[in-house]
Amino acid sequence: MATETGIGASVRRTEDARFITGTGRYTDDINVPGQTYCVFVRSTHARAKIKSIDTSDALSTPGVVAAFVGADLAKDEIGDLPCGWLVKSKDGSDMIAPPHPPIATERVNYVGEPYALVIGETVQAAKDGAEAIVAEFEIQTPVMDVASATQSEQIHESVPSNRSYDWELGDKAATDAAFEDAAHVTSLDIVNNRLIPNAIEPRAALGSFDAASETYTLHTTSQNPHLERLVLAAFVNIAPEAKLHVVSPDVGGGFGSKIFVYAEETAVIWASAKVGRPVKWTADRVESFLSDAHGRDHVTHAELALSEEGDFLGLRVKTTANMGAYLSTFASSVPTYLYGTLMAGQYKTPAIYVEVQAVFTNTAPVDAYRGAGRPEATYVVERLVETAARELNTDVAELRRRNFINPEDFPYETPVALTYDTGNYAASLDKALEYANYSGFASRKARSEADGKRRGLGFSCYIEACGLAPSQVALSLGAGVGLFESAEVRVDVTGSVTVMTGAHSHGQGHETTFAQLVSDKLGIPFENVSVVHGDTRRSDYGLGTYGSRSIAVGGSAISKATDKIVTKAKKIAAHMLDSEEDQVSFDDGIFTIPDSNESLTFGEVAFSAYVPGNFPLDELEPGLSEKAFYDPANFTYPAGTHICEVEIDSETGTTSIVSFVAVDDFGNVINPMIVEGQVHGGLAQGIGQALLEHGIYDSDGQLVSGSYMDYTMPRADDLPDFVVDTTSTPCTHNPLGVKGCGEAGAIGATAAVMNAITDALGVKDLPMPATSETVWRAIQGG
Amino acid sequence: MYSFRYHRAASIEEAKELHTTSDEGAYLAGGMTLIPTLKQRLADVDDVIDLGGIESLKGVMTSGTSMKVGGMAVHNEVAANATIDALRHLASGIGDPQVRNRGTIGGSIANNDPAADYPAAVLGLNATIHTNGRTIGADDFFTGMFDTALGDSEIVTAVEFPMPSRAAYIKFPNPASRYAVVGVMVSETNGNVRVAVTGAGTCVFRASAMEEALTNEFAAESISGISIDSSSFNSDIHASAEYRAHLVGVMAQRAVSQIS
Amino acid sequence: MVDVTFSVNGKEHSLSVNDNALLSETLRESLNLTGTHIGCDTSQCGSCTVHLDGKAVKACTVLTAQAAGSEVTTIEGIGEPGSLHPMQEAFNEHHALQCGFCTPGMIMAAIGLVNESESLDGDGVRKGLDGNFCRCTGYHNIVKAVLSAQQNM
Repeated sequence: MATETGIGASVRRTEDARFITGTGRYTDDINVPGQTYCVFVRSTHARAKIKSIDTSDALSTPGVVAAFVGADLAKDEIGDLPCGWLVKSKDGSDMIAPPHPPIATERVNYVGEPYALVIGETVQAAKDGAEAIVAEFEIQTPVMDVASATQSEQIHESVPSNRSYDWELGDKAATDAAFEDAAHVTSLDIVNNRLIPNAIEPRAALGSFDAASETYTLHTTSQNPHLERLVLAAFVNIAPEAKLHVVSPDVGGGFGSKIFVYAEETAVIWASAKVGRPVKWTADRVESFLSDAHGRDHVTHAELALSEEGDFLGLRVKTTANMGAYLSTFASSVPTYLYGTLMAGQYKTPAIYVEVQAVFTNTAPVDAYRGAGRPEATYVVERLVETAARELNTDVAELRRRNFINPEDFPYETPVALTYDTGNYAASLDKALEYANYSGFASRKARSEADGKRRGLGFSCYIEACGLAPSQVALSLGAGVGLFESAEVRVDVTGSVTVMTGAHSHGQGHETTFAQLVSDKLGIPFENVSVVHGDTRRSDYGLGTYGSRSIAVGGSAISKATDKIVTKAKKIAAHMLDSEEDQVSFDDGIFTIPDSNESLTFGEVAFSAYVPGNFPLDELEPGLSEKAFYDPANFTYPAGTHICEVEIDSETGTTSIVSFVAVDDFGNVINPMIVEGQVHGGLAQGIGQALLEHGIYDSDGQLVSGSYMDYTMPRADDLPDFVVDTTSTPCTHNPLGVKGCGEAGAIGATAAVMNAITDALGVKDLPMPATSETVWRAIQGG
Repeated sequence: MYSFRYHRAASIEEAKELHTTSDEGAYLAGGMTLIPTLKQRLADVDDVIDLGGIESLKGVMTSGTSMKVGGMAVHNEVAANATIDALRHLASGIGDPQVRNRGTIGGSIANNDPAADYPAAVLGLNATIHTNGRTIGADDFFTGMFDTALGDSEIVTAVEFPMPSRAAYIKFPNPASRYAVVGVMVSETNGNVRVAVTGAGTCVFRASAMEEALTNEFAAESISGISIDSSSFNSDIHASAEYRAHLVGVMAQRAVSQIS
Repeated sequence: MVDVTFSVNGKEHSLSVNDNALLSETLRESLNLTGTHIGCDTSQCGSCTVHLDGKAVKACTVLTAQAAGSEVTTIEGIGEPGSLHPMQEAFNEHHALQCGFCTPGMIMAAIGLVNESESLDGDGVRKGLDGNFCRCTGYHNIVKAVLSAQQNM
């Protein structure tokens, strides 16, 4: 049904009504009677043994209700925070996950790690109490450098050489052979800078305990409330899942950082029963900087082998990934299965070998941040390819085109464990070249040079594996949970529809997109569909939103449940029309018997389902409500071309992005306006990584860029207007033909920017972020 | 925030009295630095004395040869009403629009943040600082990092800028905070050239070699070869001392080019 | 405690608040106007932007006591479904928000910007929104929305 609100229409978002009027309901907006306030006492040392913690002064501080240390949680058998993905090393051994108590007991291992909590009648009282905690530490030398972490002092007793795992993927012998045959080898040493996610809503949690029903309720800023509940029940031992009610109300952005189960909500929900009153915690921004899981932070050596003619023969990548002080919830999977598997990019490179060692340092844990592994992979591949083209004096677009996997090659099995289902990489490249006015670049460059400026153009032809994930594949690779999605479509008596999804919207616009999907499929008004998410008591077990999975997996589950509704409704219609089920056709909200005048509206059938006056009850149940679980057969593979053009002030080194073109293939698109918005946001984060953002620790382990005074957030005037368009090869294995769009911008943009800057400067590589001083130094020749 | 007593002074005299009798008192001007500092518990005061109710501290006035800015005039007021273009430009680039609606010139120069913009204006335009007891020349006012010649309970009532024959301010903003990594005010007033630099060192300072060169010939080329001693310059994650020294030269030349 | 009388969204309020209460706290906690959000501690993110006597300010950096005698306007005071402010309407039309957290502050800053400007182009909007962070939209659609709204204000 092609309508103004159906699939493919840029419907204005329904959720906006509350956000633009200030009536959204975020966790910190919720207050409950008797509420207390929690403040965490955090380590100011990067690495130290806890000798003693004295809470007595805190307890006698006016307004303080309680003070707890890690041992108090341990006494109640509160478990460690787990890492949910088991990665195996080359030698077959399991990765080493050191103990991670929510509240430190014996040691603190990064600045910001909580070692006590104080609960007060007010935030001020809790802060006063926190300041009165007296702790003694034996300070140790922290391990701060990723590259040398394995040769540094051992952080965790159970982790020799500070190495969690040493993983590999691909055929080493074949790859080495490819390099021996190569006419040319391009190599790069790359650092992928640490980023701090900075969702504008700080994390928060409000826990309460109802003693009569022994039930806990947790309101928290989670991208996946069911997973939160699962971990708190199964690993942390708070309570059985049925006694744990987790609600993620409106959530102010996540970008990965709100996927994970953190110390704070764990302690808050536990403490609510200890003090017998609701406990609330809201992070201030300093805490967000110190304790949200950070992103990226790789050191990599990468080589690309090419033939005389410019064919890619082999790719060899060796990466050390910084895990921070502990393994966060999904940390182990990010530099492995979301990174190594993407090294084929859009190319037919026949032999690829990737080695990744994951190391611990005395920094905040590192986990998935928008794109998660795929931006790092794209950065390696696309920096190498662009560099190779320059070294071979070949056109950067043509070298890519020569090596593309072509439309006729699909399904294409890569040497790194993925099977791409479909794509047309040349189509995106061609469209992007047109938008970027590639042929006019030389004259633009000449004009800039006449003004004493430098100008550069950079490409990034990225691919991502999204729609996480086929459970069978994920489980076989070590995932601790399946990665399907659930949906329930409830038709009301009057024919309106409520959709429950296990996906969670924290900006993605599900309330609109999913309603479009259902209204389109059922032929009912868009306004008559409501979408409910974020509440473990209202929707079936779901896996939440990350990895660009909501439309591909969650949307497919909704599609499947909606199909079941149609099937059941046809049965009812057949009964009402005194016909056979297979005689009923359904189109645009009308049930008809072909070759007859008889028809029923969706509303009439819905009403009948709940007023089953003469249903043959042994054959036809009353009601019209269906559930579905959708587990994808494969990942989806969004891909595209990003082209960035920069101009550099030669005197100051300041880079301006004068043009940014993104042409992405997301398969079918439900709401183009929302999809474009997702791309814009991703681009800003990708550009932010290249130009502005950097999580920096000093050698003592203090987070130097620990506030907005020093961590450069992209502002409006740091960014250009974007040129965004799409091409489409529909996904072949989900019912909607969709691929997902949430991460593409962040995955593709970074390499395009750095390729443009290195082009402008005529240098091989430059560390990120390319700050004005970094660029200025490159211009000075070192 | 630690607890404190809030007072809204109706007059300069009342404000001074409140401050003098407090064990640990703090004047509150625009609050753009003080309030975040208090919020993060980086300061603990007994009394906060709000100067926002004192009418005589507000306003921007121009007489024939000078412009007088009330100590409590907010940046946006200066950006809108200053008759010295360079000052208007400088004020319009401080912080962000919301900060400019609250932050004041008196608060800024009394705080003397090494990366603040206003100290460059005051020193670079050779302003006179009026307080509730005396006047202080710009050259004597800024005494070190976060330090000024102001006495303990002294209040900046106004800053008086002589009208320059030409002046320009160019700033290289910190990408994160938008303070000045380096900001340079160049002016010529009655034949006297001044070059004041903020952001680079621990305190705003005059670049005397540049002043001399520009006095000889007011052109960007005159100062292009002058090397800046960066040995006492700030160095942080945004800019090394060496880069700051380079930027001083670039910003100064750009300022001169704008007005020559 | 200090007694503060001020007008919020056109309604007079007399409250007794802590001397150190921030305007953002009083709005959220005493007046239950939770549309004013807190996103940082250093007065940068702009999520808490409200109008104080018609000027955009960051409510997290104003003591409630300082607002005595003033008129405060928050996101809740500029329009509601059915009678939205042109800026609210434009944000919806141009998809200028995603998670919605920065949105109230962004809208209040944008209204302040348009009110204070003769006419704005894209660069002027970008520069004028320096005091507000958005992590979702990349600002592209926010700029579009503000340019569009200024035609109707």
